[in-house]
Amino acid sequence: MRAAGIVAVAVFRESVRDKVFYNLVLFALLLVGASIVIGQLTAGQDVKIIKDLGLSATSVFGVFVAIFVGISLVSKEVDRRSVYPLLAKPIRRSELIAGKYAGLLLTLLVNVVVMTVALYAVLFFLSRGVPENIQHAWDAPALDPALLKAIALIYVDLAVVTAVALFFSSYSSPMLSAVFTLGVYVAGQFSADLKRFDQIVTAPAAVMAAKAAYYVLPDFSRFDVKLAAVHGVPITGLYMAVSILYALAYIGALLFGAMTIFARRDFK
Amino acid sequence: MIRSTGFRGRAVTAVAAVVCLGAAITLHASADRWAPAIAVDVPGLLYLQTPAVARRAAVGNAGLAADLYWIRTLQHFGQERLSPPGHVRTYALLYPLLDLTTTLDPNFSIAYRFGAIFLGEPYPDGPGRADLAIALLKKGLAAQPQKWQYMEDLGFVYYWHLRDYKAAADAFQRAADMPGAPNWLRPVAAVTLAEGGHVGASRAIWQQLAQAEEEWLRNAARLRLAQLDALDIMDAWRRAKAAGARPAVPVDPSGTPFDVDPATGDLAVSRESGLFPMPGQLQVPR
Repeated sequence: MRAAGIVAVAVFRESVRDKVFYNLVLFALLLVGASIVIGQLTAGQDVKIIKDLGLSATSVFGVFVAIFVGISLVSKEVDRRSVYPLLAKPIRRSELIAGKYAGLLLTLLVNVVVMTVALYAVLFFLSRGVPENIQHAWDAPALDPALLKAIALIYVDLAVVTAVALFFSSYSSPMLSAVFTLGVYVAGQFSADLKRFDQIVTAPAAVMAAKAAYYVLPDFSRFDVKLAAVHGVPITGLYMAVSILYALAYIGALLFGAMTIFARRDFK
Repeated sequence: MIRSTGFRGRAVTAVAAVVCLGAAITLHASADRWAPAIAVDVPGLLYLQTPAVARRAAVGNAGLAADLYWIRTLQHFGQERLSPPGHVRTYALLYPLLDLTTTLDPNFSIAYRFGAIFLGEPYPDGPGRADLAIALLKKGLAAQPQKWQYMEDLGFVYYWHLRDYKAAADAFQRAADMPGAPNWLRPVAAVTLAEGGHVGASRAIWQQLAQAEEEWLRNAARLRLAQLDALDIMDAWRRAKAAGARPAVPVDPSGTPFDVDPATGDLAVSRESGLFPMPGQLQVPR
C-alpha cells in the first residue's frame, strides 16, 4: 500500500508539472466573466444561471481532466519505456494501477475543491445586497449547502470516468482509450433510454442487447443531480448512499479488471 | 543548411507584423463608417426544434442548456418587440424556445411565468397568444403540481386576455387551495366570480399583485393599474362630453395625450404611450 501511495503522490506532482491546474484559471475567468454579464442578459436569474454554469463547468472540466490525464496514466509509462525501471522496483503491478488511480483522484479532488470555493465566492458576491423579499422568491438560497451534494456526486462521477479511462489505458493506445472512454461516458448518460428501448423497438434481440447494455454500462445519469440541487429539490441521504455504493462497486470492477489485464501484459 | 535570421532581419519582420496589425485594426475600426454591414431582415432560425433531442444533446448539462435557451428567448422577444418599423413582428420562435427551455429544465419557474406574460401580451408588443400562455402554464403545473403561482398566473391569463371570468375564478380558487398560497387569493377568486369584468374587481386584483414579492410581478401590476386609471380618465371624459361640455383632450397616467379618433370622436390610448396597447386594443395577425 505504501508503494501505491508513493505512486499516487508522483502522479499528483506530475499533474502539477503538466499544468493540469491551469483549467482552474479558465474556470475562474468563466465564472467571474459570466457573473458580470449575466445580469444584463437575463431577467433576474443570475444566481440560478451561475449555479448551473458553475456545476456544469466543474463537471465538464473534470471529465476532460479525467479522460485526457487518465488515458495517459499507463500508456505514457509504456511509450516512454519508463515502465521497465518502475517494474524492476519492489512494487506490484496492481499497486502501480491503484497508485495511478489514487493520484489522479487526488488531482481531481483539489480541482473540484478549488472550483467549489470559487463557485460559492461568486454566489456570495452575487447575492450580497439582494433584498430579502427577492431572495425569498428564489427556489433555493444562493449559498445553499445542498449544492455540495451535487458537487459530491460530480466527484463520484469523475471517479468512475477515471476508472473507465484507466481500464482502457491498461491495454489500449491513448487515442483509442480516449474514444472508448468518451463513448462509454456519453452512452452512460442515456441509460434511461436503453432501459426503455422496448417501447420503440420490437425485435427481441435488440431489446435484450439494449437491456444488457443498460446493466453493464455505468449509469452516469444517476450522478447528475445538478438540476435538483439548483432548484432546492431534496436529494435524500439514501439516494446519495446508493449512488456512491453503486459507483464504488463499478470502480472496483474496473480497477480489478485493469489490474488483471496489466498483470498479464508482456513488456518484452 | 538553413541560416538563422540575424537581429536586423528579425526586427524587420517584427515591425512588419506590428504595421500589418495596426492596419487591420484601423481598417476594422473605420469599415463600419465606409462600408457598413448590409442589413438583411431574415427570420430567426431554431436549429434544434425537438425538446427531447435538445435534452439528449445537452449530455448531462440540461440546466445550463435551459439557461442558454432562456437567454435566447429574452433576446428573441426583445428583438421582435423593439424591431424597426417595416419588420413584421411574428414572435414565431417564442413558444418553441420556451418549450425547449422548460423541457430542458422542468422546474424553471421564471420561464413559465415570464413566458406566459410574453405569450399573452397583445400584438404588437407580444404575439397575443393567450392559448399558448395557458399551454405553457399547464405544462408547468404538470411538472410542479403544487406550484400555486402557475395556477394564479393561469387565472390572470383567463381574466385579462380571454375575459373568461368563470375560468379565471376557478383558477384563483384552485390556486388558493394549494399549500403555501397567500390568503388574498380566496377573496380574489370570489370577487372575480361575482364581479368579473368590472373595473373595480380588476383593480382589487392588481392592487393585491402590486404587493407581490417578485419585482417583475409588481411592475406588471403597476402597468395594469395605470391602464385602469386610463380607462377611468376616458370614462370621465366621455361623461363630460355626453353632458354637453367640450372637455380638453386629457393625458394618460404615463403623461402622453390620448388620441382622438376623427371618425367617432372617441378617445384612445396613443401608440406613443407606455400604456399601449390596452387590452383588446389590437388584434394579432395570425
